Amino acid sequence: MLRRLHIEQPESFAFTAANQAWAEAQLTKFPEGRQASGVIPLLWRAQEQEGWLSKPAIEFVADMLGMAYIRVLEVATFYFMFQLKPVGSVAHIQICGTTSCMIMGSDDLIAICKEVISENPHEISADGNFSWEEVECLGACTNAPMAQIGKDYYEDLNSSNFRDVLKAFADGNVPRPGPQNSRFAAEPLGGVTSLQDMTGEDVNGSVALAVTLGDTVKRIQGDEVPVRQAAKPTSQPVAAKPTPEADGQKPVMLEGPRDGGGDDLKKIKGVGPKLEADLNAKGVWHYDQIANWTAEEVVWADEHLVQFKGRVSRDDWVGQAKTLAAGDAT
Amino acid sequence: MLADKDRIFTNLYGMHDRSLAGARARGHWDGTAGYIQNGRDWVVDQVKASGLRGRGGAGFPTGLKWSFMPKESDGRPSYLVVNADESEPGTCKDREIMRHDPHTLIEGCLIAGFGMGAHAGYIYIRGEFIREREALQAAIDECYDAGLLGKNAAGSGWDFDLYLHHGAGAYICGEETALLESLEGRKGMPRMKPPFPAGAGLYGAPTTVNNVESIAVVPTILRRGADWFTSMGRPNNHGTKLFGISGHVNNPCVVEEAMSISLEELLDKHCGGVRGGWKNLKAVIPGGSSVPLLPADIAKDAIMDFDWLREQQSGLGTAAVIVMDQSTDVIKAIWRLAKFYKHESCGQCTPCREGTGWMMRVMDRLVTGEAELEEIDMLLSVTKQLEGHTICALGDAAAWPIQGLVRHFRNEIEDRIKYQKTGRVSSIAAE
Repeated sequence: MLRRLHIEQPESFAFTAANQAWAEAQLTKFPEGRQASGVIPLLWRAQEQEGWLSKPAIEFVADMLGMAYIRVLEVATFYFMFQLKPVGSVAHIQICGTTSCMIMGSDDLIAICKEVISENPHEISADGNFSWEEVECLGACTNAPMAQIGKDYYEDLNSSNFRDVLKAFADGNVPRPGPQNSRFAAEPLGGVTSLQDMTGEDVNGSVALAVTLGDTVKRIQGDEVPVRQAAKPTSQPVAAKPTPEADGQKPVMLEGPRDGGGDDLKKIKGVGPKLEADLNAKGVWHYDQIANWTAEEVVWADEHLVQFKGRVSRDDWVGQAKTLAAGDAT
Repeated sequence: MLADKDRIFTNLYGMHDRSLAGARARGHWDGTAGYIQNGRDWVVDQVKASGLRGRGGAGFPTGLKWSFMPKESDGRPSYLVVNADESEPGTCKDREIMRHDPHTLIEGCLIAGFGMGAHAGYIYIRGEFIREREALQAAIDECYDAGLLGKNAAGSGWDFDLYLHHGAGAYICGEETALLESLEGRKGMPRMKPPFPAGAGLYGAPTTVNNVESIAVVPTILRRGADWFTSMGRPNNHGTKLFGISGHVNNPCVVEEAMSISLEELLDKHCGGVRGGWKNLKAVIPGGSSVPLLPADIAKDAIMDFDWLREQQSGLGTAAVIVMDQSTDVIKAIWRLAKFYKHESCGQCTPCREGTGWMMRVMDRLVTGEAELEEIDMLLSVTKQLEGHTICALGDAAAWPIQGLVRHFRNEIEDRIKYQKTGRVSSIAAE
């Protein structure tokens, strides 16, 4: 699916002070040098602040993480939750249209969006307040059909209660999210069939947060919930790649074979005619030369003598050459 | 029917106190330090003995997976990564754990982290689960405040930090190596294997990726014993399982039941039966969008476990049961899945990037019937060219539902094509 940056871009972007503090706290979740891991949460917060993700926001996040712009642009265009063009100023309605929701009537909800908001997805309504799109499975299938509006899921929808929800938003209210049909959460409608004794809460976990925080469709400024510094990873530092101590030591090479003939290096397992010719060209002719290589010299050979680095030590050429030099077979 | 005392997720619906105090009252975080002090081998052996198979879809034995982690560190840390990128159409079980019973998962992370020698764990939750993320983060914060995470977690002597991270709407990030790519801040494109994550995973360090439910059941298995877990379900398919039933039943719901429960019992006991009665059943997708559907005559005898469904050329997957009654246009239902996979293909492998679009466009025509009969076999041959020819299993997952449709509902596809051509219905009239 073609996803491009919007044709009109704002001049600049910056996090609010509280969002900046939040973003910096996010980065403490990752080991030193792995700050790029935070790219999705930071882009997401930028979108929460502005409603959509602009080019200056993408570049701002890239600068903050020390990443190349193209790497962050790749992420922004790859993940579908990032809105690359402006959305309705009040809310962007996301209707789940995948099979479970489809067979339960999501087509009706989409028809209502077309009628009430705009003919096409991602198109802002005439009053500028709303936009909509059909999204892939949102993971609330037993509560199908459903829609995500802002941070929240509106579940167990039908044509009538969905119209009510949209109307409430249009009137400047935020209707209570969660199941719209008197259900508590994902239990069977009409009463639980298990866990009868487990009661006490008034509303389910998602609704409770939506009601307390009241930020369903709000542009997030960062002061909604207190920022908590994550504990720094206590795990050992990430080991550097096994780079050898510099380059090892180049062994002494011969101009040509002694006594008119080299040994048959092909008897070393892992050496074929091609590699033998290469070795000869570089000055390796005899078993005893290899047998006498020191550890430092093996490091050099691993790096410089073979196409597949590390082969000399992996196949234990030194050990093999010692055997061959003693007249035994490998 | 499973008794409440044998349920692991005792606050699945979130009606009981969701805080740490509530979780403790229900028996969670009890004796955690003691299990850890029994040693790493003991923990892994218990999980192996319980026969727990991964709950994320593939059903790989969890204990065995943990045992692939290096015993001695070579200087690199080990990581636990929890796959909470629940996006398989039909699946909505991990959401309930994370927003309503999060302490099962957090306690499981500590134990699993210890079992694989990891001092740090990342939970990767799908981006759309915003409230679930907030609920889970609040529970993690509670645990830090109570000393259950961090240095000397829960007084066990093991240091363990748990971080919550999120995605941004890419189904492919549920594939473990794509998830790791995403967690490292890149596009979620699966990696070639080997090396497997246990050798080189997150940040190049040994990593094990487990599903939420697989991790969350572990503390209760240790508390109740492997014998208790194996007492439920048929051999090789032990324990309890969260089933998410959606579609045309009277009361769709998420419910924990014993493995190997019959589909009939599951639907009748908890969902008020199929809408309009069993005779009105047309087909069932037993394990989320990736598994082939079963027609009513097979579904009525179905046993919900890995092996029985595998024998029917389907699968348990994530145990997300999508029920379709006679009113359903089953071809359109599968077309919608084809559209889903086209949308979610990451574009890395050509057979999948092109094949998913190709299959969807043929399915477009089969839905309306404006196609030729030969196209059915052509479609099947495309699914075969896709299956097994991609880096990750998304290609297979895109192919299987269509193969299932053709296997069981070929008549219906042919009738629709013939009807378009002649205006007459043929084989149905003979019934």
